[in-house]
Amino acid sequence: MAEESYPEELRYHPEHDWARVDGEEATFGVTWYAQDALGEVVFYEPPEVGADVTKDSSYAEVESVKAVSDVYAPLSGEITAVNDAIADKPELINEDPYGDGWLVRVKLSNASEVDELMDAAAYRKLLEDE
Amino acid sequence: MEATAALKRTSLYEAHAAAGAKLVPFAGWEMPVSYEGVRQEHIAVRTSCGVFDVSHMGEIETSGPQAADLLQRLLSNDVSKIDVGGAQYSVLCRDDGGILDDLFTYRLDEDRYLTVTNAANHDRDFGWFAEHAGDFDAEVADSIDRYAMLAVQGPEARGIVEGLATGELPNRMRTAQLEVTGADALVCGTGYTGEDGVELLMPPDDASAVWTALLDAGAQLAGLGARDTLRMEVCFHLYGNDMDTSRNAIEAGLGWCCKEATGFIGAEAVASARETGTEQKLAPFVLTGPGIPRQGNTVISGDREVGVVTSGTLSPCLDAGIGMAYVAAELAEPGTEIEIDVRGKRRAARIESKPLYRKET
Repeated sequence: MAEESYPEELRYHPEHDWARVDGEEATFGVTWYAQDALGEVVFYEPPEVGADVTKDSSYAEVESVKAVSDVYAPLSGEITAVNDAIADKPELINEDPYGDGWLVRVKLSNASEVDELMDAAAYRKLLEDE
Repeated sequence: MEATAALKRTSLYEAHAAAGAKLVPFAGWEMPVSYEGVRQEHIAVRTSCGVFDVSHMGEIETSGPQAADLLQRLLSNDVSKIDVGGAQYSVLCRDDGGILDDLFTYRLDEDRYLTVTNAANHDRDFGWFAEHAGDFDAEVADSIDRYAMLAVQGPEARGIVEGLATGELPNRMRTAQLEVTGADALVCGTGYTGEDGVELLMPPDDASAVWTALLDAGAQLAGLGARDTLRMEVCFHLYGNDMDTSRNAIEAGLGWCCKEATGFIGAEAVASARETGTEQKLAPFVLTGPGIPRQGNTVISGDREVGVVTSGTLSPCLDAGIGMAYVAAELAEPGTEIEIDVRGKRRAARIESKPLYRKET
Protein backbone atom coordinates (compact mmCIF):
# COMPACT_ATOMS: atom_id res chain seq x y z
CA MET A 1 0.00 0.00 0.00
CA ALA A 2 1.25 3.46 -0.90
CA GLU A 3 2.05 6.15 1.66
CA GLU A 4 -0.52 8.91 2.01
CA SER A 5 0.23 11.73 -0.42
CA TYR A 6 -1.48 14.37 -2.55
CA PRO A 7 0.90 15.52 -5.31
CA GLU A 8 1.07 19.27 -5.89
CA GLU A 9 0.84 19.02 -9.69
CA LEU A 10 -2.61 17.37 -9.63
CA ARG A 11 -6.07 18.90 -9.43
CA TYR A 12 -8.67 17.36 -7.11
CA HIS A 13 -12.40 16.71 -7.17
CA PRO A 14 -14.37 16.55 -3.88
CA GLU A 15 -15.46 12.96 -4.64
CA HIS A 16 -11.78 12.00 -4.15
CA ASP A 17 -10.70 11.87 -7.77
CA TRP A 18 -7.68 13.53 -9.31
CA ALA A 19 -6.84 14.95 -12.75
CA ARG A 20 -3.38 15.46 -14.22
CA VAL A 21 -4.07 18.17 -16.81
CA ASP A 22 -1.78 18.33 -19.83
CA GLY A 23 -3.06 20.99 -22.26
CA GLU A 24 -6.23 19.69 -23.93
CA GLU A 25 -5.93 16.29 -22.32
CA ALA A 26 -6.02 14.95 -18.79
CA THR A 27 -5.43 11.69 -16.94
CA PHE A 28 -7.87 10.67 -14.19
CA GLY A 29 -7.56 8.48 -11.15
CA VAL A 30 -8.69 8.16 -7.53
CA THR A 31 -6.85 9.74 -4.61
CA TRP A 32 -4.91 8.02 -1.85
CA TYR A 33 -7.80 8.80 0.50
CA ALA A 34 -10.31 7.11 -1.83
CA GLN A 35 -8.35 3.88 -2.20
CA ASP A 36 -7.64 3.78 1.54
CA ALA A 37 -11.32 4.21 2.39
CA LEU A 38 -12.28 1.49 -0.07
CA GLY A 39 -9.59 -0.97 0.99
CA GLU A 40 -7.92 -3.41 -1.36
CA VAL A 41 -9.41 -3.06 -4.83
CA VAL A 42 -10.26 -6.48 -6.28
CA PHE A 43 -12.33 -5.64 -9.35
CA TYR A 44 -12.34 -2.91 -11.98
CA GLU A 45 -13.73 -2.87 -15.49
CA PRO A 46 -12.37 -0.04 -17.65
CA PRO A 47 -14.94 2.05 -19.55
CA GLU A 48 -14.93 2.08 -23.37
CA VAL A 49 -12.50 4.21 -25.31
CA GLY A 50 -14.57 6.84 -27.14
CA ALA A 51 -17.14 7.15 -24.38
CA ASP A 52 -18.02 10.62 -23.15
CA VAL A 53 -17.50 11.50 -19.52
CA THR A 54 -19.21 14.39 -17.76
CA LYS A 55 -17.75 16.33 -14.87
CA ASP A 56 -19.25 15.23 -11.53
CA SER A 57 -20.74 12.07 -13.08
CA SER A 58 -19.70 8.49 -12.49
CA TYR A 59 -17.78 6.87 -15.36
CA ALA A 60 -16.60 3.63 -13.71
CA GLU A 61 -16.76 1.57 -10.52
CA VAL A 62 -14.02 0.18 -8.34
CA GLU A 63 -14.82 -2.68 -6.02
CA SER A 64 -13.22 -4.01 -2.89
CA VAL A 65 -14.20 -7.31 -1.34
CA LYS A 66 -16.75 -5.49 0.79
CA ALA A 67 -18.00 -2.58 -1.27
CA VAL A 68 -18.52 -0.86 -4.60
CA SER A 69 -17.51 2.74 -5.14
CA ASP A 70 -18.36 5.02 -8.06
CA VAL A 71 -15.53 6.86 -9.75
CA TYR A 72 -16.45 10.43 -10.73
CA ALA A 73 -15.09 12.38 -13.66
CA PRO A 74 -13.35 15.51 -12.37
CA LEU A 75 -13.66 17.05 -15.86
CA SER A 76 -15.72 16.50 -19.05
CA GLY A 77 -14.49 15.03 -22.31
CA GLU A 78 -14.01 11.90 -24.38
CA ILE A 79 -12.02 8.89 -23.25
CA THR A 80 -8.97 8.39 -25.50
CA ALA A 81 -7.21 5.65 -23.52
CA VAL A 82 -7.95 3.31 -20.62
CA ASN A 83 -5.58 1.54 -18.29
CA ASP A 84 -6.17 -2.11 -19.20
CA ALA A 85 -3.45 -3.25 -16.79
CA ILE A 86 -5.79 -2.53 -13.88
CA ALA A 87 -8.38 -5.02 -15.07
CA ASP A 88 -5.85 -7.79 -14.45
CA LYS A 89 -4.18 -6.18 -11.45
CA PRO A 90 -6.73 -3.93 -9.70
CA GLU A 91 -4.46 -3.64 -6.65
CA LEU A 92 -2.38 -1.17 -8.69
CA ILE A 93 -4.98 1.38 -7.60
CA ASN A 94 -3.87 0.79 -3.99
CA GLU A 95 -0.18 0.43 -4.70
CA ASP A 96 0.29 3.45 -6.95
CA PRO A 97 -2.88 5.57 -7.13
CA TYR A 98 -1.18 8.47 -8.96
CA GLY A 99 1.06 6.38 -11.26
CA ASP A 100 0.39 2.85 -12.49
CA GLY A 101 -3.07 3.06 -10.93
CA TRP A 102 -4.32 5.75 -13.35
CA LEU A 103 -7.74 4.96 -14.81
CA VAL A 104 -8.46 6.87 -18.03
CA ARG A 105 -7.04 9.50 -20.35
CA VAL A 106 -9.54 12.07 -21.61
CA LYS A 107 -9.62 14.69 -24.36
CA LEU A 108 -11.19 17.61 -22.55
CA SER A 109 -14.30 19.26 -23.99
CA ASN A 110 -14.22 22.26 -21.68
CA ALA A 111 -10.76 23.05 -20.36
CA SER A 112 -12.11 25.93 -18.26
CA GLU A 113 -13.65 23.38 -15.89
CA VAL A 114 -10.14 22.92 -14.50
CA ASP A 115 -10.59 26.18 -12.57
CA GLU A 116 -13.37 24.55 -10.52
CA LEU A 117 -11.07 21.85 -9.14
CA MET A 118 -9.04 22.09 -5.96
CA ASP A 119 -5.30 22.26 -5.64
CA ALA A 120 -3.53 19.87 -3.27
CA ALA A 121 -3.68 22.29 -0.32
CA ALA A 122 -7.44 22.82 -0.69
CA TYR A 123 -8.03 19.08 -1.02
CA ARG A 124 -5.98 18.32 2.10
CA LYS A 125 -8.07 20.92 3.91
CA LEU A 126 -11.25 19.17 2.74
CA LEU A 127 -9.96 15.86 4.09
CA GLU A 128 -9.14 17.40 7.45
CA ASP A 129 -12.72 18.69 7.69
CA GLU A 130 -14.29 15.31 6.83
CA MET B 1 -29.08 1.68 13.24
CA GLU B 2 -29.04 5.42 13.56
CA ALA B 3 -25.66 7.01 13.07
CA THR B 4 -26.18 9.10 16.17
CA ALA B 5 -26.80 6.14 18.51
CA ALA B 6 -23.83 5.33 20.71
CA LEU B 7 -21.99 2.26 19.46
CA LYS B 8 -21.02 -0.44 21.91
CA ARG B 9 -17.40 -1.50 22.13
CA THR B 10 -15.95 -4.87 23.03
CA SER B 11 -13.30 -5.25 25.72
CA LEU B 12 -10.74 -5.47 22.90
CA TYR B 13 -11.59 -2.13 21.32
CA GLU B 14 -8.31 -0.51 22.40
CA ALA B 15 -6.34 -3.47 21.05
CA HIS B 16 -8.10 -3.19 17.69
CA ALA B 17 -7.48 0.53 17.45
CA ALA B 18 -3.82 0.09 18.40
CA ALA B 19 -3.45 -2.61 15.72
CA GLY B 20 -4.67 -0.17 13.07
CA ALA B 21 -8.03 -1.84 12.51
CA LYS B 22 -10.61 -0.31 10.24
CA LEU B 23 -13.51 -0.04 12.69
CA VAL B 24 -17.08 0.12 11.40
CA PRO B 25 -20.57 0.11 12.90
CA PHE B 26 -22.02 -3.41 12.88
CA ALA B 27 -25.32 -4.32 14.55
CA GLY B 28 -24.86 -1.53 17.08
CA TRP B 29 -21.22 -2.31 17.80
CA GLU B 30 -18.00 -0.67 16.66
CA MET B 31 -16.18 -3.68 15.21
CA PRO B 32 -12.97 -4.31 13.27
CA VAL B 33 -13.82 -5.08 9.63
CA SER B 34 -10.15 -5.60 8.73
CA TYR B 35 -6.61 -4.88 9.86
CA GLU B 36 -4.16 -5.42 7.00
CA GLY B 37 -6.72 -6.38 4.38
CA VAL B 38 -9.68 -8.72 3.97
CA ARG B 39 -8.02 -11.01 1.44
CA GLN B 40 -4.86 -11.48 3.43
CA GLU B 41 -6.80 -12.25 6.59
CA HIS B 42 -9.01 -14.67 4.68
CA ILE B 43 -6.00 -16.56 3.34
CA ALA B 44 -4.40 -16.61 6.80
CA VAL B 45 -7.44 -18.45 8.17
CA ARG B 46 -7.45 -20.92 5.27
CA THR B 47 -3.72 -21.66 5.52
CA SER B 48 -2.64 -21.06 9.14
CA CYS B 49 -4.67 -19.38 11.89
CA GLY B 50 -6.69 -16.23 12.37
CA VAL B 51 -8.29 -14.84 15.52
CA PHE B 52 -11.54 -12.87 15.41
CA ASP B 53 -13.10 -10.79 18.16
CA VAL B 54 -16.76 -11.79 18.00
CA SER B 55 -17.70 -10.42 21.40
CA HIS B 56 -20.65 -8.63 19.81
CA MET B 57 -22.39 -12.02 19.72
CA GLY B 58 -24.92 -12.32 22.53
CA GLU B 59 -25.46 -15.06 25.10
CA ILE B 60 -28.58 -16.30 26.86
CA GLU B 61 -28.28 -18.74 29.74
CA THR B 62 -31.21 -21.09 30.32
CA SER B 63 -31.27 -23.03 33.57
CA GLY B 64 -33.57 -24.92 35.90
CA PRO B 65 -35.33 -28.28 36.07
CA GLN B 66 -37.24 -27.63 32.83
CA ALA B 67 -34.48 -25.79 30.96
CA ALA B 68 -34.36 -28.52 28.31
CA ASP B 69 -38.14 -28.45 27.91
CA LEU B 70 -38.16 -24.69 27.40
CA LEU B 71 -35.39 -24.92 24.80
CA GLN B 72 -37.12 -27.81 23.09
CA ARG B 73 -40.15 -25.55 22.69
CA LEU B 74 -38.08 -22.63 21.36
CA LEU B 75 -35.38 -24.23 19.22
CA SER B 76 -35.98 -26.08 15.96
CA ASN B 77 -33.51 -28.89 16.59
CA ASP B 78 -33.90 -31.82 19.00
CA VAL B 79 -32.48 -30.37 22.21
CA SER B 80 -32.71 -33.77 23.94
CA LYS B 81 -29.82 -34.89 21.73
CA ILE B 82 -27.39 -32.43 23.35
CA ASP B 83 -25.53 -34.15 26.16
CA VAL B 84 -23.45 -32.27 28.73
CA GLY B 85 -20.48 -30.83 26.84
CA GLY B 86 -22.35 -30.96 23.55
CA ALA B 87 -23.24 -28.28 21.02
CA GLN B 88 -26.07 -27.91 18.55
CA TYR B 89 -27.17 -25.56 15.77
CA SER B 90 -30.80 -24.56 15.41
CA VAL B 91 -33.09 -21.79 14.29
CA LEU B 92 -35.55 -19.84 16.38
CA CYS B 93 -38.93 -19.61 14.65
CA ARG B 94 -42.11 -17.68 15.01
CA ASP B 95 -45.36 -19.59 14.97
CA ASP B 96 -45.66 -18.95 11.20
CA GLY B 97 -42.20 -20.44 10.66
CA GLY B 98 -40.50 -17.08 10.02
CA ILE B 99 -36.91 -17.24 11.25
CA LEU B 100 -36.08 -15.02 14.24
CA ASP B 101 -32.44 -16.06 14.51
CA ASP B 102 -29.99 -18.89 14.05
CA LEU B 103 -28.23 -20.06 17.18
CA PHE B 104 -25.63 -22.32 18.70
CA THR B 105 -26.61 -23.88 22.01
CA TYR B 106 -24.05 -25.43 24.38
CA ARG B 107 -25.03 -27.67 27.27
CA LEU B 108 -22.92 -26.53 30.20
CA ASP B 109 -24.41 -28.81 32.84
CA GLU B 110 -27.36 -31.15 33.48
CA ASP B 111 -29.84 -28.27 33.66
CA ARG B 112 -27.81 -25.34 32.29
CA TYR B 113 -27.50 -24.27 28.64
CA LEU B 114 -25.80 -21.34 26.93
CA THR B 115 -27.23 -20.09 23.64
CA VAL B 116 -25.21 -17.75 21.42
CA THR B 117 -27.24 -15.16 19.52
CA ASN B 118 -26.56 -12.79 16.65
CA ALA B 119 -25.79 -9.28 17.88
CA ALA B 120 -28.56 -7.65 15.87
CA ASN B 121 -31.16 -10.08 17.22
CA HIS B 122 -30.00 -10.49 20.79
CA ASP B 123 -32.58 -8.25 22.49
CA ARG B 124 -35.44 -9.69 20.45
CA ASP B 125 -34.23 -13.24 21.13
CA PHE B 126 -33.96 -12.64 24.84
CA GLY B 127 -37.44 -11.14 24.89
CA TRP B 128 -38.74 -14.22 23.07
CA PHE B 129 -36.98 -16.57 25.50
CA ALA B 130 -38.26 -14.63 28.53
CA GLU B 131 -41.81 -14.49 27.16
CA HIS B 132 -41.98 -18.28 26.92
CA ALA B 133 -39.99 -19.09 30.05
CA GLY B 134 -43.04 -18.47 32.23
CA ASP B 135 -44.66 -21.68 30.99
CA PHE B 136 -41.77 -23.73 32.36
CA ASP B 137 -39.85 -24.27 35.57
CA ALA B 138 -36.83 -22.58 34.02
CA GLU B 139 -34.99 -19.29 34.16
CA VAL B 140 -33.43 -17.32 31.36
CA ALA B 141 -30.68 -14.78 31.92
CA ASP B 142 -29.31 -12.20 29.52
CA SER B 143 -25.59 -13.03 29.76
CA ILE B 144 -24.24 -10.77 27.02
CA ASP B 145 -22.18 -8.72 29.49
CA ARG B 146 -20.64 -11.81 31.07
CA TYR B 147 -18.81 -13.00 27.98
CA ALA B 148 -16.22 -11.96 25.48
CA MET B 149 -15.98 -14.33 22.52
CA LEU B 150 -12.96 -15.06 20.36
CA ALA B 151 -12.98 -17.32 17.31
CA VAL B 152 -9.63 -18.99 16.61
CA GLN B 153 -9.87 -20.60 13.20
CA GLY B 154 -7.63 -22.30 10.68
CA PRO B 155 -5.55 -25.45 10.29
CA GLU B 156 -3.09 -24.25 12.98
CA ALA B 157 -5.77 -22.95 15.37
CA ARG B 158 -6.01 -26.01 17.58
CA GLY B 159 -2.26 -26.26 17.99
CA ILE B 160 -2.04 -22.61 19.01
CA VAL B 161 -4.86 -22.81 21.55
CA GLU B 162 -3.63 -26.17 22.86
CA GLY B 163 -0.32 -24.56 23.76
CA LEU B 164 -2.13 -22.04 25.98
CA ALA B 165 -4.78 -24.30 27.52
CA THR B 166 -4.66 -26.50 30.61
CA GLY B 167 -6.35 -29.53 29.11
CA GLU B 168 -7.32 -31.29 25.96
CA LEU B 169 -9.34 -29.29 23.47
CA PRO B 170 -12.87 -30.47 22.72
CA ASN B 171 -13.62 -32.22 19.44
CA ARG B 172 -15.78 -30.64 16.79
CA MET B 173 -19.28 -29.82 18.15
CA ARG B 174 -18.10 -30.45 21.74
CA THR B 175 -17.16 -28.05 24.53
CA ALA B 176 -14.78 -28.06 27.49
CA GLN B 177 -14.19 -25.76 30.47
CA LEU B 178 -10.45 -25.03 30.37
CA GLU B 179 -8.01 -22.43 31.54
CA VAL B 180 -6.56 -20.53 28.61
CA THR B 181 -3.58 -18.38 29.71
CA GLY B 182 -5.10 -18.35 33.17
CA ALA B 183 -8.60 -17.34 32.07
CA ASP B 184 -11.58 -19.61 32.71
CA ALA B 185 -12.87 -20.25 29.22
CA LEU B 186 -15.61 -22.30 27.66
CA VAL B 187 -13.79 -23.78 24.67
CA CYS B 188 -16.15 -24.80 21.87
CA GLY B 189 -15.30 -26.87 18.83
CA THR B 190 -17.34 -24.62 16.57
CA GLY B 191 -16.76 -21.89 14.03
CA TYR B 192 -18.06 -19.96 11.07
CA THR B 193 -15.25 -20.32 8.56
CA GLY B 194 -15.30 -23.89 7.30
CA GLU B 195 -11.92 -24.43 8.95
CA ASP B 196 -11.06 -26.44 12.01
CA GLY B 197 -10.69 -24.38 15.15
CA VAL B 198 -12.36 -23.33 18.37
CA GLU B 199 -14.42 -20.52 19.79
CA LEU B 200 -13.59 -19.23 23.27
CA LEU B 201 -16.12 -17.71 25.65
CA MET B 202 -14.61 -15.97 28.67
CA PRO B 203 -15.12 -13.08 31.08
CA PRO B 204 -14.58 -9.78 29.20
CA ASP B 205 -11.84 -8.71 31.63
CA ASP B 206 -9.71 -11.69 30.57
CA ALA B 207 -10.13 -11.25 26.83
CA SER B 208 -7.23 -8.86 26.34
CA ALA B 209 -4.66 -11.23 27.88
CA VAL B 210 -5.97 -14.18 25.86
CA TRP B 211 -6.02 -12.12 22.67
CA THR B 212 -2.41 -11.05 23.17
CA ALA B 213 -1.30 -14.60 23.99
CA LEU B 214 -2.97 -15.94 20.85
CA LEU B 215 -1.24 -13.34 18.69
CA ASP B 216 2.11 -14.02 20.37
CA ALA B 217 1.61 -17.72 19.64
CA GLY B 218 1.18 -17.02 15.93
CA ALA B 219 -2.51 -16.36 15.37
CA GLN B 220 -3.09 -13.54 12.90
CA LEU B 221 -5.55 -10.69 13.28
CA ALA B 222 -8.73 -11.26 11.33
CA GLY B 223 -11.73 -8.96 11.02
CA LEU B 224 -15.40 -9.30 10.25
CA GLY B 225 -14.74 -8.73 6.53
CA ALA B 226 -12.78 -11.97 6.29
CA ARG B 227 -15.29 -13.72 8.53
CA ASP B 228 -17.96 -12.82 5.96
CA THR B 229 -16.00 -13.97 2.89
CA LEU B 230 -14.94 -17.19 4.67
CA ARG B 231 -18.50 -18.10 5.61
CA MET B 232 -19.75 -17.35 2.09
CA GLU B 233 -17.21 -19.73 0.54
CA VAL B 234 -18.64 -22.55 2.66
CA CYS B 235 -22.27 -21.34 2.34
CA PHE B 236 -22.96 -20.64 6.01
CA HIS B 237 -26.02 -18.42 6.41
CA LEU B 238 -25.85 -14.88 7.72
CA TYR B 239 -28.99 -13.77 9.51
CA GLY B 240 -30.41 -10.62 7.96
CA ASN B 241 -28.92 -11.51 4.57
CA ASP B 242 -29.79 -15.10 3.84
CA MET B 243 -32.77 -15.44 6.14
CA ASP B 244 -35.12 -13.32 8.17
CA THR B 245 -38.67 -13.44 9.50
CA SER B 246 -40.07 -13.52 5.94
CA ARG B 247 -38.30 -16.83 5.20
CA ASN B 248 -38.83 -20.27 6.67
CA ALA B 249 -36.18 -22.85 7.40
CA ILE B 250 -37.14 -25.05 4.45
CA GLU B 251 -36.64 -22.40 1.78
CA ALA B 252 -33.45 -21.29 3.57
CA GLY B 253 -32.07 -24.82 3.22
CA LEU B 254 -32.08 -25.34 6.98
CA GLY B 255 -34.59 -28.17 7.12
CA TRP B 256 -31.80 -30.41 8.44
CA CYS B 257 -31.82 -28.60 11.80
CA CYS B 258 -35.61 -28.72 12.18
CA LYS B 259 -37.10 -31.68 14.02
CA GLU B 260 -40.82 -31.01 13.80
CA ALA B 261 -41.71 -34.00 16.00
CA THR B 262 -40.36 -32.06 19.01
CA GLY B 263 -43.26 -29.61 18.69
CA PHE B 264 -41.16 -26.44 18.67
CA ILE B 265 -42.85 -23.10 17.97
CA GLY B 266 -43.20 -22.99 14.20
CA ALA B 267 -43.01 -26.77 13.75
CA GLU B 268 -46.37 -26.96 11.98
CA ALA B 269 -45.42 -24.27 9.50
CA VAL B 270 -42.06 -25.94 8.86
CA ALA B 271 -43.75 -29.35 8.41
CA SER B 272 -46.18 -27.83 5.94
CA ALA B 273 -43.39 -26.14 3.95
CA ARG B 274 -41.44 -29.39 3.94
CA GLU B 275 -44.51 -31.27 2.73
CA THR B 276 -45.68 -28.92 -0.01
CA GLY B 277 -42.34 -27.40 -1.00
CA THR B 278 -41.55 -23.70 -1.23
CA GLU B 279 -41.75 -21.29 -4.15
CA GLN B 280 -38.13 -20.28 -3.75
CA LYS B 281 -35.01 -21.90 -2.37
CA LEU B 282 -31.69 -20.51 -1.26
CA ALA B 283 -28.92 -21.70 -3.57
CA PRO B 284 -25.21 -20.94 -3.85
CA PHE B 285 -23.83 -19.78 -7.18
CA VAL B 286 -20.55 -18.85 -8.85
CA LEU B 287 -20.05 -16.28 -11.59
CA THR B 288 -18.56 -17.94 -14.65
CA GLY B 289 -17.14 -14.62 -15.93
CA PRO B 290 -16.08 -11.29 -14.45
CA GLY B 291 -17.99 -9.35 -11.81
CA ILE B 292 -18.87 -9.37 -8.12
CA PRO B 293 -22.45 -10.12 -7.12
CA ARG B 294 -23.87 -8.10 -4.22
CA GLN B 295 -26.80 -8.40 -1.85
CA GLY B 296 -29.96 -7.18 -3.59
CA ASN B 297 -28.90 -7.98 -7.16
CA THR B 298 -31.67 -9.55 -9.26
CA VAL B 299 -31.32 -13.12 -10.53
CA ILE B 300 -32.41 -13.58 -14.14
CA SER B 301 -33.20 -16.70 -16.17
CA GLY B 302 -33.91 -16.00 -19.83
CA ASP B 303 -35.86 -12.78 -19.54
CA ARG B 304 -37.53 -13.58 -16.25
CA GLU B 305 -36.63 -12.21 -12.86
CA VAL B 306 -36.38 -15.39 -10.83
CA GLY B 307 -34.79 -14.35 -7.59
CA VAL B 308 -32.57 -12.12 -5.51
CA VAL B 309 -28.99 -12.30 -4.26
CA THR B 310 -28.79 -12.31 -0.46
CA SER B 311 -24.99 -12.54 -0.04
CA GLY B 312 -22.24 -11.90 -2.55
CA THR B 313 -18.53 -11.24 -2.71
CA LEU B 314 -15.35 -12.03 -4.57
CA SER B 315 -14.08 -15.36 -3.28
CA PRO B 316 -10.39 -15.04 -2.41
CA CYS B 317 -9.86 -18.81 -2.73
CA LEU B 318 -11.86 -19.38 -5.92
CA ASP B 319 -10.95 -15.99 -7.42
CA ALA B 320 -14.50 -15.63 -8.73
CA GLY B 321 -17.65 -13.82 -7.78
CA ILE B 322 -19.74 -16.03 -5.50
CA GLY B 323 -22.94 -15.70 -3.57
CA MET B 324 -26.21 -17.10 -2.38
CA ALA B 325 -29.60 -16.25 -3.83
CA TYR B 326 -33.23 -17.14 -3.36
CA VAL B 327 -34.31 -18.49 -6.73
CA ALA B 328 -37.42 -20.20 -8.07
CA ALA B 329 -37.27 -23.68 -6.55
CA GLU B 330 -37.06 -25.46 -9.92
CA LEU B 331 -33.87 -23.52 -10.72
CA ALA B 332 -32.12 -24.29 -7.43
CA GLU B 333 -30.36 -27.34 -8.85
CA PRO B 334 -26.56 -27.46 -9.23
CA GLY B 335 -25.57 -26.83 -12.84
CA THR B 336 -28.44 -24.47 -13.64
CA GLU B 337 -27.21 -21.48 -15.66
CA ILE B 338 -28.51 -18.12 -14.46
CA GLU B 339 -27.57 -14.47 -14.81
CA ILE B 340 -27.07 -11.89 -12.10
CA ASP B 341 -27.98 -8.28 -12.80
CA VAL B 342 -25.05 -6.47 -11.21
CA ARG B 343 -26.01 -2.78 -11.36
CA GLY B 344 -27.27 -3.03 -14.93
CA LYS B 345 -24.70 -5.51 -16.24
CA ARG B 346 -25.80 -9.09 -16.71
CA ARG B 347 -23.20 -11.49 -15.34
CA ALA B 348 -23.25 -15.19 -16.22
CA ALA B 349 -23.45 -17.53 -13.25
CA ARG B 350 -24.17 -21.13 -12.39
CA ILE B 351 -25.91 -22.69 -9.41
CA GLU B 352 -23.48 -24.92 -7.54
CA SER B 353 -23.69 -27.37 -4.66
CA LYS B 354 -22.58 -26.56 -1.10
CA PRO B 355 -19.93 -25.78 -0.08
CA LEU B 356 -18.49 -23.62 -2.85
CA TYR B 357 -15.01 -23.97 -1.39
CA ARG B 358 -13.80 -27.43 -0.48
CA LYS B 359 -10.69 -28.00 1.54
CA GLU B 360 -8.00 -29.89 -0.37
CA THR B 361 -7.22 -33.00 1.64
